[in-house]
Amino acid sequence: MPTLSLNDRTVSFETGQTILEVAQQNDVVIPTLCHLKEAHATGGCRICVVEVAGSDQLLPACATPAGADMRILTDSPAVRTARKAIIEMMLAAGAHNCLLMDHPQSSWSESQLAIMEQPWHDKICPAHGDCRLQDLAIEYEVSVAGIDQKIDGHPLDDATPMIVRDYSRCIGCGRCIQACNEVQVNAAIPSPYGRREDHPNGWYPLVDYENCTHCGQCLQACPTGALFEKKAFGLATGSEAEKVRTTCPYCGVGCQQWLHVKDDRVIKVTAVEEGAPNLGRLCVKGRFGYDFIHSPERLTHPLIREGETFRKASWDEALDLVAEKFKQIRQLHGPDALAGVSCARSINEDSYQMQKLFRAVFKTNNIDHCART
Amino acid sequence: MFLVIGSNMTEAHPVAATFLKNAVMKGARLIVVDPRRHKLVDFAERHVPIRVGSDIAFANSLMQVLIEEGLYDSAFVDSCTIDFDLLQEKVAGYPPEKAAEICGVSAETIRETARALASVKPLMLCYTLGITEHTCGRNNVVTLANLQMLLGNMGMECGGVNPLRGQNNVQGACDMGALPNVFPGYQKVVDADAREKFAQAWGVPGLPEQNGLMIPQMMEGLTNGRVRGFYIFGENLANTEPDIRKVEHELASAEFLVCQDIFPNETTRFAHVVLPAAAWSENDGTFTNSERRVSRVRTASNPPGEARPNWWIFREIARRMGHAWESDSAREIWDNEISVLAPQLCGIKYARLEGDGLQWPCPDEEHPGTCFLHRDGQFTCGLGIFTPADWTPPAEVPDEKYPLVLSTGRRLAHYHTRTQTGRCEGLNDILGEETADISLADARDLGVDNGEMIKVSSRRGEVTVRANVTREVPPGMVWMAFHFREACANWLTNPAFDPVTLTAEYKACAVRIDRIAAP
Repeated sequence: MPTLSLNDRTVSFETGQTILEVAQQNDVVIPTLCHLKEAHATGGCRICVVEVAGSDQLLPACATPAGADMRILTDSPAVRTARKAIIEMMLAAGAHNCLLMDHPQSSWSESQLAIMEQPWHDKICPAHGDCRLQDLAIEYEVSVAGIDQKIDGHPLDDATPMIVRDYSRCIGCGRCIQACNEVQVNAAIPSPYGRREDHPNGWYPLVDYENCTHCGQCLQACPTGALFEKKAFGLATGSEAEKVRTTCPYCGVGCQQWLHVKDDRVIKVTAVEEGAPNLGRLCVKGRFGYDFIHSPERLTHPLIREGETFRKASWDEALDLVAEKFKQIRQLHGPDALAGVSCARSINEDSYQMQKLFRAVFKTNNIDHCART
Repeated sequence: MFLVIGSNMTEAHPVAATFLKNAVMKGARLIVVDPRRHKLVDFAERHVPIRVGSDIAFANSLMQVLIEEGLYDSAFVDSCTIDFDLLQEKVAGYPPEKAAEICGVSAETIRETARALASVKPLMLCYTLGITEHTCGRNNVVTLANLQMLLGNMGMECGGVNPLRGQNNVQGACDMGALPNVFPGYQKVVDADAREKFAQAWGVPGLPEQNGLMIPQMMEGLTNGRVRGFYIFGENLANTEPDIRKVEHELASAEFLVCQDIFPNETTRFAHVVLPAAAWSENDGTFTNSERRVSRVRTASNPPGEARPNWWIFREIARRMGHAWESDSAREIWDNEISVLAPQLCGIKYARLEGDGLQWPCPDEEHPGTCFLHRDGQFTCGLGIFTPADWTPPAEVPDEKYPLVLSTGRRLAHYHTRTQTGRCEGLNDILGEETADISLADARDLGVDNGEMIKVSSRRGEVTVRANVTREVPPGMVWMAFHFREACANWLTNPAFDPVTLTAEYKACAVRIDRIAAP
């Protein structure tokens, strides 16, 4: 197996691996923004640049194949300087003011205050606390205070029901394009025509809604607050919500989800990256079909029929009535006069209990569910 | 290579479809057999638009070609299967020229498709309700199994006959024995040893010996007095069963109806008692997906008001009828009962389910789970049995009065009767009403404009619905879903059932379209 030198450590690698893959395998962290596992490397953002001895320029780790005997530095002064410049450039290209939120507004510049007046900027950025750009700005000690930011002139797409696309926070990484075209294969976010340099007014991944399925894979891929869930806006920032892993309640694929929970409410759903079977993917129902649980129309009390309507009852009264009636019917007409339909949407343990109730207690096998439809 | 038949995967199982599309982008081949030109067809090398309900004629004919041209896997057939001669005899009656007339595709298409299927191994066959929701649903399934055995595509990764399960836990509800003929783990209720095992585990003197009723029999029983007390847990039968008028008459006939649910719905209207249940994310528990993977469900928030977990409700009713059940949480029910009683699940305990879950069979706690079944052609019953079947037409076919075929299913943005997705902000904005999808040719013949309100009627009912003129649907077909009450397809569908499974023929009934606006 060939070897190379990674930060003065000799490590082996397999031919065909990129420098980034070799680093990840050896627990060396190289920051990435545009890199999306499962998609082809574009090398577009260049935040992952590293120094390779003998090369007169820094090379993107995500798109450079590892070579035998390469000598690679992933965190040298030249690398740090280059990354810092990239972060400054990204912050300058958009309306980012999250890093000022802890400062008194009196210390903000005019332009920072102007950002607050932009649509969807009145509350703190929805990615605050869970933003790759913010993480990097902090790690590389880049301050937004001295940067002249391009605040307006960016497109805003907030007309569709689920996702807001606020391109003033877009860093042009292209992950949403890859998520749409290479992961979900919906072809709803075409790559903007030509090279980035050809778009002096901004390189924006705009959506073709003819093909959009509202799956939100672009949301999942966005490393900043450019794409966010409309109905979750302003409900919590990055670290405020607790994440609970669960399984999607809709079709039979069984996608793994993170439920973002705050104050006893589920406020957002994301996919469990790398979790089987869905490997970080969801569909429109899995990602956005959660808030029924908090509907005011939920049944909250047992109900007993009274003529044409129902009245509220206590659990004791309702359950006593059910047990009494079923006993009565069984006595008069035999156990097979009782029948039950279980639920293919509810948990295994519920179906087990219901068939046990029918078989062991009621003494009938009249238990079924919609298995064959 | 993939063969997808009777499955609109991109809408009904969207995330599964993404992996299929990824594979195609990387060079895998895909053949789609479906009357509709749905989205997945864009990725297929071949779309075979057979007529609704002609699947058996089509598959038998494929097998006739495979045998006649010597393209089948004779080594697999010889060593892993029996009754090949019966199959050969049966499919001999389906030469492509004859099948072509039934299926509405050319004999050459059938021959070319057969050759393509035989040219690559493994071939993964995926099907959904387009196969099962027919009066010949059971025969459809065994015929596809015949095809995959003949091609030798069983017992290997990326092979097999793969039903994509419609509900998140329909696999699990079956595994749990919420079926009239089996206990948990598919142990038959007519087997005395199984009854003895469960009687002992449950601490009861004996258990009922005869298979119970299936849903359609229960529903009929409500009107003839055979069933008097009916307990519906988490099903909106008044919208999901075929022929809503008939279903509602049956529900209204119940002497005593208990509904246990999370919302009032069209079915709870008929209840005598309604019990409020905790929802999906208000419980700890497990779901089992299409690949038999048991995954955890976890509590994220509390149920509203006095709503309680379903397992608790059943336990309380048992207690009131003199049975004290020990297990007092979903985890105790699973670890101490289910995984002890169902042999396939013995190795699955909550402690092992923290990550990506486990696929059964998983017989012991060291077992890593099973990714695919019938490894090396070892079938559950030993050898694979060819079970040939003849094609039969749908119970109701178009005629002069009702000249079109209605086929039904699910759309992407909603789920079933919309009790849940209809209450999620934004989903109604993506899809806010039902449409009747019709072909360009039929729209032209009927003088119907895209978006025009039309009347669709069958022998059972009629709905007023907006026409959606689309290239997806072939001439002669109307396609509708059952997400919206007023224009629910089940006002029209035919309560004709497969004789074995009692699955209704949701995929085919005869309808007509009338314009509402004066011409």
